[in-house]
Amino acid sequence: MGSRFNPYDNNGGTCVAIAGVDYCVVAADMRMSTGYNILTRNYSKICQLAEKSILASSGFQADVKALQKNLSARHLIYQHQHNKQMSCPAMAQLLSNTLYYKRFFPYYAFNVLGGLDSEGKGCVFTYDAVGSYERVGYSAQGTGSSLIIPVLDNQLKSPSPLLLPAKDAVTPLSEGEAIDLVKDVFASATERDIYTGDQLEVVVMNASGIRREYVSLRKD
Amino acid sequence: MFRNQYDTDVTTWSPAGRLFQVEYAMEAVKQGSAAVGLRSKTHVVLATVNKAASDLSSHQRKIFKIDDHVGVAIAGLTADGRVLSRYLRNECINHSFVYESPLPVGRLVVRLADKAQVCTQRSWKRPYGVGLLVAGLDEQGAHLYYNCPSGNYFEYQAFAIGSRSQAAKTFLERRFDKLDDYSAEQLVKDALFAIKETLQGEKLTASICTVAILGVGDAFRVIPESAVQQLVDALDDAQPRADEPDDEPDDALPAEQPEEDRPPHPDEAAAPAPMDI
Repeated sequence: MGSRFNPYDNNGGTCVAIAGVDYCVVAADMRMSTGYNILTRNYSKICQLAEKSILASSGFQADVKALQKNLSARHLIYQHQHNKQMSCPAMAQLLSNTLYYKRFFPYYAFNVLGGLDSEGKGCVFTYDAVGSYERVGYSAQGTGSSLIIPVLDNQLKSPSPLLLPAKDAVTPLSEGEAIDLVKDVFASATERDIYTGDQLEVVVMNASGIRREYVSLRKD
Repeated sequence: MFRNQYDTDVTTWSPAGRLFQVEYAMEAVKQGSAAVGLRSKTHVVLATVNKAASDLSSHQRKIFKIDDHVGVAIAGLTADGRVLSRYLRNECINHSFVYESPLPVGRLVVRLADKAQVCTQRSWKRPYGVGLLVAGLDEQGAHLYYNCPSGNYFEYQAFAIGSRSQAAKTFLERRFDKLDDYSAEQLVKDALFAIKETLQGEKLTASICTVAILGVGDAFRVIPESAVQQLVDALDDAQPRADEPDDEPDDALPAEQPEEDRPPHPDEAAAPAPMDI
């Protein structure tokens, strides 16, 4: 009786990104859920789109996968045409345009794009489902975002992103301190958010390249 | 090839069953500067001669990466080559997107050949004036194909196209049966030697040629000019090969020509026509 096909599902999860002076940390949990069930404890929400751009997306993972594939293909075309990789701000604009393209049947994806800008400084861009975006010093998206953001506001010692004019909100924390903070906030979010947990994937990008770390989280 | 009353339209047959416009398109390939390709079981090497329109301009790009596992070298109207490269790249990207695996090169060349054939059967189109040496991989290993403006394509162990390519072909004919077991370095050396043959006495330097290699586990890449120059220098120092290069005047002896006589082309010494490099 009157239940139309619902094209969307929320697979839960949380994504965080923090921009530092010369690094960027992008982290996401690895739990994929549907309803009150867990589909897998080992699903990566993080995708490296270009040399200096990493996308983390929570929401409906089928849409996320399609979005990632779309952007990767567009990046390949860009490389053929321009003989170089896309910069992170360029990728940010491309993501925004791609999302808005489906304004009337959106990608159910809550994105956080992290990377290094052309000066080597960390940059983080945060999005809504239809492409509205902003460069910020740090961001969280997903089911645990409301638990995480206030802690980052308090602990990152960045100028408040809510101030106007928008100040360059890169955190003065060191890379190690930022990573420790990320692990802590995810541990906290895991406590109260049922959709966040199992494992944490942390990707760190700096001048020397990219490295990946996995941290165990509560599995309940 | 002389002008006749059957050569205005690509859709007009001659009484002898020929499409002259298509053959003229193949002439454009022969006028372009040389490109050679060689393959072993696991690697393919492409090399081209890059002529600049003048000393003031940059060299034409004649080698294009299509995907990690496919690359092309062109001879003829380079603008047509650029456009076809864009098409090939698109095909590869679309296939990868849907199937999450690389498009086998054998399928790619068929699509390219079909695209070329369309232009031989539409009165409002003209054939592409470019020949492509397509180097690529599939599950069986490395392959080299030649795609013609006519819409034909052939697989080769080694091939050369463009002006003075006959000299390179003669050199390659003598060693093609050994190529399967060549290492990547040997392939590159032979490719450079083949290119040298087409220059017929002109000095081979890294600035007038481009070399690219791809292989199983080895993504397509253009070899940097400095590395090419080192190889060229090594080539010059090495002993001349046991088999001597022929001095036959190419393009005057039509091995691939149809029944008609061809007047020798004035292209050897003269500057290339504006469209063709």
